[in-house]
Parts: sequence; structure tokens; C-alpha cells
Amino acid sequence: MKPRVLAISSGGGHWVQLLRLRPAFENCKVTFATVSKEYKHEVEDHDFRLVLDSNMDQKFRLFLSLFSVIWIILKERPNTIVSTGAAPGYFAVWFGKLIGKKTVWIDSIANGDELSLSGKRVGAYADLWLTQWKHLEKPGGPTYSGSVLD
Amino acid sequence: MPEKNYDIFITVGTDQSFDRMVKVVDDWAGNIERQNVFAQIGQTDWKPANIDFANFLSPTAFLEKLVSASIIIGHAGMGTILTALKHQKPILVMPKRASLGEHRNEHQLATARRLLDLDKVEVAFDEDELREKLACLKTITPKNKIGKYASPNLTNAIASFINK
Repeated sequence: MKPRVLAISSGGGHWVQLLRLRPAFENCKVTFATVSKEYKHEVEDHDFRLVLDSNMDQKFRLFLSLFSVIWIILKERPNTIVSTGAAPGYFAVWFGKLIGKKTVWIDSIANGDELSLSGKRVGAYADLWLTQWKHLEKPGGPTYSGSVLD
Repeated sequence: MPEKNYDIFITVGTDQSFDRMVKVVDDWAGNIERQNVFAQIGQTDWKPANIDFANFLSPTAFLEKLVSASIIIGHAGMGTILTALKHQKPILVMPKRASLGEHRNEHQLATARRLLDLDKVEVAFDEDELREKLACLKTITPKNKIGKYASPNLTNAIASFINK
């Protein structure tokens, strides 16, 4: 059986980075989840789900976003959750870890001076916790294995 | 009517607007009567006077505008930068500043500095520098093209974790 992967991110740069990771999902049954249906045609050969976007300034929306993410994880039953951020991805990794899924966080390459807020906090829940900048690698994580820019 | 071809594509991304940057380009285009500039300006009450614009573009329309332009001027967002590099378009970025209420934190400043060090983009850190760079736009050339996907090291590390 092919491993089932949920690849989830917000839109814009997070989504562009997630799509650049596609070779990692070659032997998997992957479902892509993001915040706008306008991205669907970019992953036509895969399952596609919508989640509600949110950021730290929108407390109630964050709450709804969390539930949209939980719903998709329960429906899709992935073995592994992979995210490039931001808030919906953080929720997916947090909830995934809670129910025993394998979790991967690739912090956005936009965070070149320090990890994002969610990128720092997610370290406790991500089994594979990656930064895209060598100088941000630390003992105990995050680790560096290259970037989407190479 | 055929779609007009634009030579310069301006984009501020899908988050907040970035009038501070677009205004400089709009003034410049007005002064030299430059016609073929198109700007995606975000949600804002202000309207450019001299250039064509849209508040938002669909991902497909965004890509069409980017591919048909010969130079990209944008906020320092990774979606814009990665897409420009993948299509080997010269790109000039100006970072949105949290200190001016243009973003939630200063990560665009970090992106601009780091990618300038790696010679991936041209950067205008403020309006004056943007005016200077606009005056010699032809000297901005494409950087090395990036591949279709992330570095194999990164995708292999993720693949072996998934298949473990």
C-alpha cells in the first residue's frame, strides 16, 4: 500500500514552496490542501481539499481554521502530514502528532533571520523539523537538508 | 480585442497592499510616459493614475502576466520571487515593512537581504532606491534559473522520512 500523505499549506509563497516539494511524494497517495480553490488546477492529478485560512490577528477565524483542518485529517486518514506553513499547516502538524501521525514541517524560506512564530512552536510536534537556512540549524532541531531555492 | 502586452509587471502579493511601492512606479511611469506597465496592487482605496492595474489576479492570470513581462517588480514575497526565478525573469524586490504597518513582521526585510547576498534578486530597500533602480531598469538582468523543484537533498530527506 502506498503511504498516504496530506500536503497542506496557506496560499501564496507557502503553496509555491509546497509544490516544489512534489518529488518527495512520488511513491505516495497525496492529497493537497490549501486555502483557495484557484490552486486546484495546479495539482489536477491529485486529490484536493480546501481549508479555511487564518493568521494570528484573527482569533475566531483561527478557531474555525483549526476545525476545518481537523475535519480533513479525520476524513483523509493520512499516514504523514507535510506542511510549509503557515497557520493551517501548524494546526495540521499539531493535531496530526496528537493522534499519532508522522509529521513534517518545512519552515518557509522567507524566514531567513529567525524561524517564524509557528515554525518555532511546531518543533514540539514535528517529527521531521526543517529549516531552509543552514545558519538556523540547531542541535535538537530544526535541521537543514537543503531548500526550495537550489 | 487582443490582450495588451505588458513589459513591466508589478505585484504586491495576496496579503496587504503596498501603495508605497506602487506609487513610486506609477509616478515614474507618468513622468516618462511609459505605457506598458501592469500592476497587481492588492486591496486598497488608492488607484494608480498612469498604469493599468488590478487589485488581485487569479493564479493563472498572475502567471500569464509574469511570463509575458520582461521584468518583474514586486514585494519581497517568496511566491513572487520563486516564480520569477523559475521563469528566469529579472526581478527587483522591495521589502514590505512591519514598522510601516505593511506586514505582520519584518521577514520580508530578511528575505531581501539574504537573497541579495545569494545574488538571487535585485533589491530596493526604500522609495529612493526604487527610483534609482527604475532609472536604470535595463541593467537588471535575469539571475540563474532555478529548477522546477526544490533541491534533491530536501525532497529526498522528506521522501525517506515518509517511506520509513
